[in-house]
Amino acid sequence: MERLDLSKFCIRLGDSCLIMAHRQSEMCSKGPFLEEDIAQTNLGLDLLGQAEALLIYAAKLEGNGRTADDLAFRRPEREFYNFMLTEQPNTDFAFAIVRQYIMALYLTKVYETLAKVEDETISGVALKAVKEIAYHERHLGMWVKRLGDGTNESHDRIQTAVNELWMFVGELYEEDDLDVKLQEAGYAISGEEMKAYLMDKISAQLADATLSVPESVYMTTGSKKGIHTEYLGYMLTEMQYLQRAYPDAKW
Amino acid sequence: MSEVKDTQGQLWEVFIQTKKGLPFKHAGSVHAFDKEMAIQNARDLYTRRGEGRGMWVVPADAIVAVDPSDDESFFDPSNDKIYRHPTFYELPEGIKNM
Amino acid sequence: MGAEELDVLFQERIDANEKIEPRDQMPEEYRKHLIRQMSQHAHSEVIGMQPEGNWITRAPSLRAKKILLAKVQDEAGHGLYIYSATETLGISREELIDRLHQGKAKYASIFNYPALSWGDMGAIGWLVDGAAITNQVSLQKTSYGPYARSMVKICMEESFHQRQGYEIMAQMAKGTPEQKEMAQDALDRVWWPALMMFGPHDSDSPRTGNAMKWKIKRESNDVLRQRFIDKTVSQAELIGLTIPDPDLKWNEERGSYDFGEIDWDEFWSVVKGGGPCNIKRLNHHKKAHKDGEWVRKAAAAYAQKQSKN
Repeated sequence: MERLDLSKFCIRLGDSCLIMAHRQSEMCSKGPFLEEDIAQTNLGLDLLGQAEALLIYAAKLEGNGRTADDLAFRRPEREFYNFMLTEQPNTDFAFAIVRQYIMALYLTKVYETLAKVEDETISGVALKAVKEIAYHERHLGMWVKRLGDGTNESHDRIQTAVNELWMFVGELYEEDDLDVKLQEAGYAISGEEMKAYLMDKISAQLADATLSVPESVYMTTGSKKGIHTEYLGYMLTEMQYLQRAYPDAKW
Repeated sequence: MSEVKDTQGQLWEVFIQTKKGLPFKHAGSVHAFDKEMAIQNARDLYTRRGEGRGMWVVPADAIVAVDPSDDESFFDPSNDKIYRHPTFYELPEGIKNM
Repeated sequence: MGAEELDVLFQERIDANEKIEPRDQMPEEYRKHLIRQMSQHAHSEVIGMQPEGNWITRAPSLRAKKILLAKVQDEAGHGLYIYSATETLGISREELIDRLHQGKAKYASIFNYPALSWGDMGAIGWLVDGAAITNQVSLQKTSYGPYARSMVKICMEESFHQRQGYEIMAQMAKGTPEQKEMAQDALDRVWWPALMMFGPHDSDSPRTGNAMKWKIKRESNDVLRQRFIDKTVSQAELIGLTIPDPDLKWNEERGSYDFGEIDWDEFWSVVKGGGPCNIKRLNHHKKAHKDGEWVRKAAAAYAQKQSKN
């Protein structure tokens, strides 16, 4: 893999992890009970760790003097490449669970694949992440079942979340030129494979939770080109505030 | 379905084994609504700093405790039977492997 | 055995420095005192998540974000350890939360002040956690077993919190002029409320008598407060920040710092509900609780269904 392509790849993955971690951290002190507050923060910390490792490596590969913090705190919205799914808000607990669960499934496959690549930095990050994400899948899957097969209210809420977040799932198995290069080098599985895997897993889990798979009418696209939903701008405004307000300061 | 009450779940007691082969020690308690959640909550609360290799969770009301007022009749007799302790026995000097 | 005789036996155990365990015989007043103190301690940890939580999404570096998130998570964990210890006294967590919401149980007043800048993240970690450590180290020897054990566990985790805060202050104090100003401003606002964490003069504290007699409390408010000040002054000097007390002066004879008088009007006003954030903190907690009701019910319903199968 070429250095700059690998860097771009790490930024894409790192951005998704970062934005996911950020959304997760917004839930701190707002959990339905204290134990779940801790559980969600744990997931957030794992993702933040993955984001940091990936962005550090991306900056190194880029080799133009930018640091991981520069990438996180000084890029504008149109230069972020996280999936749109990751920036969807914590409308309620069900939305947070569905968003994170689908991403956990995706990341499982991604890290499994990366654990076997030649590049030692990346395989190192992946080997650690695989163990973390396995726990995420377990925890989040547990909640999908309990919310789906809990009360009428919880069932309705999580079905709504699934319905409204469905349009963002398509990006997870899209392929562009970089994806094709990654596949050829063994850094990614094909879009078809990813789609089949995701659909299998999701439909099985939803069925178990007495939920239905929405009919795919329209799948959104664009994050690989820096096109996002209106949420990202606000998130970055908050996240980047101190670094932008005090550009010469070191924190 | 009958009306569901709003609770914090049940109380579960947590026991942690820090290393394989060592006994399980009581670490504290957590709240959870079922077994799977209890195990996960206990892991998140009590093993964030690598404190454990093994863990048990037990519903608090499954635990049978000795009443402190029974302490004397329950525990004292074993204190009398000092021949249970290795230090009770006089062994010849130079003995090995015992 | 009559109640008076039992109380005498209990006091003998206390005087002999024995630990009291959950099912031991104890005076009802001792049990009630502990429930109040421990639950308020636990509530403080949980409410304390809010002022610091206020800056997680604005943490200015990946490392700072990670560390702050981990710290606030620890506070939740500490709350849980202490709730867990409190429940051994025969009261449910539902009841404890209810008392908090009804205003029947309090939490540390320090958290009724707003966290206004990143500098507050430094000042809170350094001073508020610092004061908490001073108090908690002393509580490791409290007479009630479960409480003492939770203090030991918390003390082990707490020193990372204080270092995190101090590191932020040190970094800002040697940074740009704006950063140094921000750090000093935070110190100016957090210092006195941190001293107030140790409570009123013991002579003005009605519960201190019993607390000391039963060895729930091992040292007086004023002793702990003095210890905290003596430890902290040089830490401020080392990074070039000024403690906002013109009367602060080393007293060679006492081997301690003399310091100015706390504004007791402010102290009592905030304790009684007149602080800048009392309403906000409690509303936040109530809202999270209410928003979570459907989730808790879902979990309960699911468990019920499984047990029927």
